Amino acid sequence: MENVGALALLLAFCISLYAIVASVTGRLRNKPFLILSGERAVLAVWLLVSTAAGILIYSLMTGDMRMAYVASHSNRAMPMFYKFAAWWGGQEGSLLFWSWILSSYGAVVVLTNRRKQQRVMLPWVLAILSTIQLFFLTLNAFVVSPFQVLAVDKVVTSVPDGLGLNPLLQYWAMVIHPPMLYLGYVGFAVPFAFAMASLISKAPGDSWIHTTRRWTIVTWLFQGTGIMLGSAWAYHVLGWGGYWMWDPVENASLLPWLAGTAFLHSVMMQEKKGMMKVWNMVLIAATFFLCIYGTFLTRSGIISSVHAFAESPIGKYFVTFLALGIAATVWLILDRLDFLKSESELESVVSRESSFLFNNLILLASCFAVLWGTMFPVLSEKFSTEKISLDAVWFNRLMVPIGLFLLFLTGVGPLFAWRRTSLESLRKNFQWPGLGMLIVVAGLYAGGMRYPYSIISLGLCFFVTATIVMEFYRGSNAISEKTKVGLLPAMIELTHRNTRRYGGYLVHMGIVLMFIGWSGHPFNQTAIGEVNKGDTMHVGAYTLKVADLTQGETPDYQWDTAILDVSKNGTPLGTLEPTRRFYKVAQQGTAEVALRTRLNEDLYINYAAREGDKATLQAYVFPLVTWIWVGAMVLIGGTLVCLVPSKVARSYARTEVVGIAREPQKRETPVARQDS
Amino acid sequence: MNKYGKFAILMAIIVGSLLWLATAGIQGSQTYYKTITELRQMGGQAQSRHVRVGGDVQGNSIKHEAGLVTFNLVQDKEILRVAYEGRDPLPDTFRDGAQALADGKLGPDGVFHAQEIQAKCASKYAPKPGMAPDGLQPKAPGTTTSAAPNAMRSSL
Repeated sequence: MENVGALALLLAFCISLYAIVASVTGRLRNKPFLILSGERAVLAVWLLVSTAAGILIYSLMTGDMRMAYVASHSNRAMPMFYKFAAWWGGQEGSLLFWSWILSSYGAVVVLTNRRKQQRVMLPWVLAILSTIQLFFLTLNAFVVSPFQVLAVDKVVTSVPDGLGLNPLLQYWAMVIHPPMLYLGYVGFAVPFAFAMASLISKAPGDSWIHTTRRWTIVTWLFQGTGIMLGSAWAYHVLGWGGYWMWDPVENASLLPWLAGTAFLHSVMMQEKKGMMKVWNMVLIAATFFLCIYGTFLTRSGIISSVHAFAESPIGKYFVTFLALGIAATVWLILDRLDFLKSESELESVVSRESSFLFNNLILLASCFAVLWGTMFPVLSEKFSTEKISLDAVWFNRLMVPIGLFLLFLTGVGPLFAWRRTSLESLRKNFQWPGLGMLIVVAGLYAGGMRYPYSIISLGLCFFVTATIVMEFYRGSNAISEKTKVGLLPAMIELTHRNTRRYGGYLVHMGIVLMFIGWSGHPFNQTAIGEVNKGDTMHVGAYTLKVADLTQGETPDYQWDTAILDVSKNGTPLGTLEPTRRFYKVAQQGTAEVALRTRLNEDLYINYAAREGDKATLQAYVFPLVTWIWVGAMVLIGGTLVCLVPSKVARSYARTEVVGIAREPQKRETPVARQDS
Repeated sequence: MNKYGKFAILMAIIVGSLLWLATAGIQGSQTYYKTITELRQMGGQAQSRHVRVGGDVQGNSIKHEAGLVTFNLVQDKEILRVAYEGRDPLPDTFRDGAQALADGKLGPDGVFHAQEIQAKCASKYAPKPGMAPDGLQPKAPGTTTSAAPNAMRSSL
């Protein structure tokens, strides 16, 4: 079996090589059959990688303990669900998973781009995708093969049972978190390939952007969902009550997301105004290489992290691939600069263009800051021979102001007009939200709140919410007056007419809700107590009484549960049962924290340790934290709305936009404004 | 002033204030990774800087005394006495023989005062490539230790 899998990977490697050669020569020599064979080669690679993946999954499912990968990442007692998840539980498997997603994306690109006008670019796209595929297949087939077997003196042997998946990873969010992230990481390869293909073939216009717009949004959605799932996992499973600690692996997933967010915004400048063409090329390339870099960071163990991955030999392969790839991209962009000339100029500092510009500057700055902080141990070791790491305090000091400034831009940007904004429209758009923000800030200060960042954040949240509500209200009010329908149907109609614009507002709203959640952070309350059975401890307004401490055992793990009677200000709220487990095979403990989730605050209890009848409990009160998850849901919903095709056929005539900026009264008919 | 001048000034303000944020007080956020030997060679600096040292927890060295946990950390035969003064309970994985990382400062008495301890069961470290997955040897139940320690991965 494993021989077939390894052979499939070898064949896939060869056929990827063929796909590159066939596509490039076919395109250069204009040989349609060669191009077609290149396309089919990409499909064949998908079939072969799928075969290899299928064999690995089969071995995991049936528990083939001869195989090193199965023995290290699975065991017989594990539920089927986790046996399947073990596919991406370890290095070899997860790299195969990467390869498989890339090959599937390649196949999808072939199947969806067979229309004539794409044919000019397609061979180049496939050649670039196949090059990336070739790199990963090199790793799969020759460096970290998942099909290694255990052997003693060249005699294949097996172990009775495997080590099992790391118990910390046996949690639903953790099972779908890696696939989501990987779908995102790998997905950015496609817009990147299209961008480069359009450069190579000097394809006219912005067709690469139009072709890959949906693709980019979907990928960005996967990436964001993956990040949030990881965050939720940290909160629910790790037992320290946090959701983000600027760990290198978390940062690795955030980097391409930030660059991708900048890209999603700046492509609008290219679509509308024909500006920032070079910049967009640079951004999509940066996003893609940050994805590769993220995979490298998580998989090479170059920086020690809670995601304890071992040092491995794949580091130098990634560094080589990144260096070559970046060099080739830079050369290509520099060589084609003429082709990327901007079609219009910036006119005013107070304009939509400039708000996009600052949005990009800030996102890129934050990206760079995170990259710098993450790489600091490596950099400092190189340049000062001392290995120094930066803590979360440093990241927060930098990222909190950056985040607040972005939030501010979220509010003002969409309401600035293209080209320049008149004082009249500024007053009209910002008078009430601005005033409201000041009232909120003053109210919070008068109410005794003394954390400047929380006050500013909540004030801005109000401001942005007000601008978004205003946009929806104005648009739907105009429709409801014209067509005599209610406000709610009018709102749906409005959104449907321009899904990207109003879906985008919903995404912004999701971000606002997440900021509300983060604003609660300074008000967290913590109590750690060693309590005997029958004793009580207090955290915030809550009283916890230890009713009982129980223990037990399952085949997988031993467990300890504390049964707590919870009351708040004297009102009983029922019982909570934080549990700790100790997995026997893995010799590792996990926390099953008890949570009482409400919209205003979470009560979070971790059963940290037990000595005889004395339990150590960590109890926290986290105000507003639920809003982070609610915001994430809204963000996902908004992104999905963006993906629904708009009802009104959109034209990208750039002349259309110009006049509208000067005439504020027309702003109320959203149809005229198209997608802003 | 022309518009590009305005843009340049705004961007300079933004980038400048970010640089200021990034560099101001960076000293307090830095943790130095040191081996025990290097820590000893740092002299007076070791007491002012935040340091992270790693090593194995020496067998039978963990002592619980009056709410304080002390233990010996061993790295390349150098032994460092560590007193844990952090708030959080020690992780489950912290035990004799575990690999541990301690964050803190060296006291004038030569004892390392740790605020934070991370620990990994030695067996859960993934195997180095080309070697047997060492976790398989002692932990997999029922494995006859005669065969497994010599286990070699044969690659196809």
